[in-house]
Amino acid sequence: MVNGVFEWERPLVELENRIRELQAFTKEKGIDFSQEIATLERKADRLRAEIFSNLTPWQRVQLARHPRRPTTLDYIGMICTDFLELSGDRCVRNDEAMVGGVALLDGIPITVVGPQKGRDTKENIRRNFGLPHPEGYRKALRLMVQAEKFGRPILSLIDVVGAYPGIEAEQRGQGVVIAENIRRMSFLRVPVVCVITGEGGSGGALAIGVGDRVLMMENAWYSVISPEMCAEILWKDTGRAPEAAGVLKLGARDLLELGVIDEIIPEPLGGAHRDREEVARRLKEAVLRHLRELMALDPDELLDRRLKKYRAMGRLQEQTAERLEAIRSGQAEA
Amino acid sequence: MATLKDLFRTKPKYVTVKPVQGEAGPVRPPAPKPKEVPDGLWAKCPGCQSILYQRELSKNLHVCSRCGHHFHVGAMERLAQILDSVETFEEWDGEVATVNPLGFPGYEEKLARTQEKTGLREAIVTGVGRLENYPVAVGILDFAFFSGSMGSVVGEKLARLFERAAERCLPVIVVSGGGGGARMQEGILSLMQMAKTCQAVERFGRSGRPYVSVLTNPTMGGVYASFASLGDYILAEPGALIGFAGPRIVERTIRQPLPSGFQTSEFALKHGMIDRIVQRKELRPVLAQILRLHAR
Ligand SMILES: [Zn+2]
Repeated sequence: MVNGVFEWERPLVELENRIRELQAFTKEKGIDFSQEIATLERKADRLRAEIFSNLTPWQRVQLARHPRRPTTLDYIGMICTDFLELSGDRCVRNDEAMVGGVALLDGIPITVVGPQKGRDTKENIRRNFGLPHPEGYRKALRLMVQAEKFGRPILSLIDVVGAYPGIEAEQRGQGVVIAENIRRMSFLRVPVVCVITGEGGSGGALAIGVGDRVLMMENAWYSVISPEMCAEILWKDTGRAPEAAGVLKLGARDLLELGVIDEIIPEPLGGAHRDREEVARRLKEAVLRHLRELMALDPDELLDRRLKKYRAMGRLQEQTAERLEAIRSGQAEA
Repeated sequence: MATLKDLFRTKPKYVTVKPVQGEAGPVRPPAPKPKEVPDGLWAKCPGCQSILYQRELSKNLHVCSRCGHHFHVGAMERLAQILDSVETFEEWDGEVATVNPLGFPGYEEKLARTQEKTGLREAIVTGVGRLENYPVAVGILDFAFFSGSMGSVVGEKLARLFERAAERCLPVIVVSGGGGGARMQEGILSLMQMAKTCQAVERFGRSGRPYVSVLTNPTMGGVYASFASLGDYILAEPGALIGFAGPRIVERTIRQPLPSGFQTSEFALKHGMIDRIVQRKELRPVLAQILRLHAR
């Protein structure tokens, strides 16, 4: 990628730049290029559809990692009002790789949490590239428990490569914290809506990803392992990550089919970063629709449905007792 | 040329039944054939490089008599080590079989090979047995089967183990040894088993009966970051690798050599993540002690 442009979208981006140049020229010099512009725009539309309507799983992974993709705080700013950011896990420190607080969503007070990537190198260092330590997950849990106390619904916006793999993170119980978050989140007596907005990296995503509804942006990915690590395990070659992305079935459509997510939020053609306002509008609409449905349920019903949903996840096959008996007595092929 | 016999072969090998919660009594599948680990007459200790006579090693619960290194133990052998007798063990859900939900390349073949090699149908054996005559629900992960990793079947069998134990007011012991954590070949569905098992543990907890989680070498990733971390009592065998991120990933991330003893049982104890380190020969007595303390 060069300057936020992928090799496979370069012809389109070059065309778009040319159109912008001509438009600027028209304004500055007063020369009429409208016909040329119209032709180029038709060409750009064709190219856009061609490139973006048949994205491979790996291209979507790349879009999910786009440096200009809206981050958690960007979305909060675009969909909420009155956001009051809260800090700290009341135990170790304030992990800036995880953000959260209270806000209004269309007038409804909600608690919102999510990992936060940096928008430039400096911020990325402060935020540890959006890779939370245990205290980040504890902060998120603290805010969710507070939400439960006040009967506030929860919105979890998920964009995380994974829980940070470091010495201190392990010392302070990264595994234990993830397990505790999953356990506690599963039994919260308020509506929980999770949205995978970018990357959904394994346990680090699930630790803030158990909800009544799990939505996913069209170009987001969510997987038990990153394509790079999968490629390394399978073929000892991280360069084959594009292939692994296909094998892992980590895209929104796959996850909907597998019953892991409930809805796909469509992105503007070419990815969320190409039209932030539009993608925020769609996000807000979907979240509100689900939250309103869930807020109508009483907490027992809510919990019962949530647990049943997860209880049914997985695919398996059962041999009957009779069949096994037959195999054992040699009357059937195993 | 197709013969009549060939036509018969096309009928499905398995009957698919939708899992029903709290369903049915236990079924006894063909008894798994435990294999000595490692193979052969002699074994080399990775701890002290001694050459050990396999029979002696087995008699010593697969612990090196020179340096105390704890070798992997298969599920059936582990059952024999902690239960009063394997004869009192009644297996649950042995009929639950693995599928390839993502069509992951090579998964079926690897499954078949592993089943052949280990005599196990999946990475976990669950059921009910007796320990010092206390009835107890037990789940044992077997490292030899996909590193004891958790896919749909392991998650389902664990969920049913906790559900049935709650119904029957039994304590639960789960011995984990899953370096692979969540099973990659089942993708996102493996990850969801973390949620399923954490929820099962929490619901079981409301029965007031104890859950003892025993961590053996290695307990990592999605296994550690779910049910294995949620025991009322967490015990670990000495020198086991315990953690979330694999040590190689950590090393690569921080670009520094790892401190010695990083992510061992001793490290986990020091940092407050487990209750006790228990030598293998002490495991049965300590488990019995816990059951005694919870006797009704
Ligand atoms: Zn030794």
